[in-house]
Amino acid sequence: MNGALLSLREIQVRCGDHLILEVPALDLYPEEILAVIGPNGAGKTTLLHTVAGLVPLARGQVLLHGQAVDPRRVSYRRRLALVLQEPVLLDLSVLANVLVGLRLRRIPQKEAEALALESLERLGVAHLAHRSARTLSGGEAQRVSLARALALQPEVLLLDEPFSSLDAPTRAALLADLRDLLRGTRTTTLFVTHDQDEALQLGDRVAVLLQGQVRQVGTPEQVFGAPADEEIAAFVGVENLIPGRVVARSDGGVVVEAGSRRLEVAAEAPMGEAVWVCLRPEDVVLSLTDPSPTTTSARNRFRGQVVKIAARGRLYHVTADCGFRLVAAITPRSLHELNLTCGQEVTATFKATAAHLILRGQ
Amino acid sequence: MDTFLSGLRHAIWLLVHLDPIVVEVTLRTLQVSGTATLVASFVGILVGTYLAQARFPGRRLLVSLVNTGMGLPPVVVGLFVALMLWRSGPLGQLRLIYTPAAMVIAQAIIATPIVTGVSIAAIQQLDPRLRLQLLGLGASRGQAALLLWWEARRSLLAAAMAGFGGAVSEVGASIMVGGNIAGQTRVLTTATVLETSKGNFDTAMALGILLLFLSFSIMLGATWLQQSGRGDR
Repeated sequence: MNGALLSLREIQVRCGDHLILEVPALDLYPEEILAVIGPNGAGKTTLLHTVAGLVPLARGQVLLHGQAVDPRRVSYRRRLALVLQEPVLLDLSVLANVLVGLRLRRIPQKEAEALALESLERLGVAHLAHRSARTLSGGEAQRVSLARALALQPEVLLLDEPFSSLDAPTRAALLADLRDLLRGTRTTTLFVTHDQDEALQLGDRVAVLLQGQVRQVGTPEQVFGAPADEEIAAFVGVENLIPGRVVARSDGGVVVEAGSRRLEVAAEAPMGEAVWVCLRPEDVVLSLTDPSPTTTSARNRFRGQVVKIAARGRLYHVTADCGFRLVAAITPRSLHELNLTCGQEVTATFKATAAHLILRGQ
Repeated sequence: MDTFLSGLRHAIWLLVHLDPIVVEVTLRTLQVSGTATLVASFVGILVGTYLAQARFPGRRLLVSLVNTGMGLPPVVVGLFVALMLWRSGPLGQLRLIYTPAAMVIAQAIIATPIVTGVSIAAIQQLDPRLRLQLLGLGASRGQAALLLWWEARRSLLAAAMAGFGGAVSEVGASIMVGGNIAGQTRVLTTATVLETSKGNFDTAMALGILLLFLSFSIMLGATWLQQSGRGDR
């Protein structure tokens, strides 16, 4: 027992002789949103179907509240709800579609209708209740599909890239709504995606799945800021991720407070919002002296200490502790010229336009 | 041309006056072919759903066999059933030869591959992720199958209609296992054959028209059911 709601132990899933998923251990804690990221074909959907009890296990165990369960049994499957990548609705009214899962559980009609309508309301599609599901747009259909799963008040909600089939504005709106909804209802969620922005917006923790194996699990800062190995780094692209909160407006952007430091970012975000400041290491410039504001146009300047120097392909990644960890990518030549060593004081600068913001909710 | 016109006139006369023999033969036709269709639909939809979804070696061969069976010659089926039910045959003790039950068996054998074949296509044309989604919402395997049938209801009704068409129109098997006994195993098709061979073309025509009318009415009803809720007429 480690307080986990759902745990996978020593899981292996095979397709013929081929091992397609291997998870030594993965835990999902109550009320958290765990985002599993990985490239296409990494086994994300298989992982989700494994948890959903839809694929046979070659070996391993699924534990619910620390108790081993048979994930293929209906009694287990009814404690979860799955939303697929593309909404699959029955040829019925929207309301009847949302009622399907409730009826399968033999919830009395009146109670089921109330739950269904409430769920549609939460996803902002209650006005479509009596429309035929065949007449919905992609975004509407995905909202109905989510409402259908959430109406079941599942112990664990399983989401399989639910935004990937939507166009950008529809996706952004749904993502924001869903984030507030999942946090508001404290729904424990396992969410798979190939999109890092989605993972950052929704995930409390992030797991990286590569070639059928869970390679790293941790907070977004850990996974994106300190990838465990080269392959993970190559997939996540090593972003600097600095958690902060929007505290003021500035000329052409906002000021984000991160710990005791203030960062200027050329982006729009509501005041008081919790955000990730994302910054590519290539956009961070290191110097030994503190350049005066007149010699650089970069709005963000921080003194810090070099804590790590690592080779990454043809570049070096230098990590500096500036009150938050900041990774800069520099050429071997610059490394040589600056003669950098661990413990050395440096100044890191980056432009307000080089950074972007991702809202992370409360 | 004369034969044709007088046949038509006779047919209308028989229909309008509800000739008791004609009524009796018509009702038996409905009973025999209707029962055979029910049996064929039950078996065909179950087997069709299984074959549409299961993955096992030899599945393709089985599906090909079903598709071949959709064109089973009724006389061959009739011969097979007659041999089985013949008094000295393996199932002779059942004493079913020359009874309506024997005709139901023969017609069900003819209609089952038809219903199965169309059902396979009906289930396969559904979104393959639908079953996965239903299971992911907590459906048992049985509940998932029922919902899939509901989703494919129009195509499955078409499967049953095709099965009924196959059953009601065959004549070879009915004659062989039923014997075309007046008042017992005579149906519209066998009666038509008999009247034609006797040279009673007008009665034969009347029976033929009745058969067409019967088929048409049933198909009309089924089509109405099938197309309802689609917005057009």
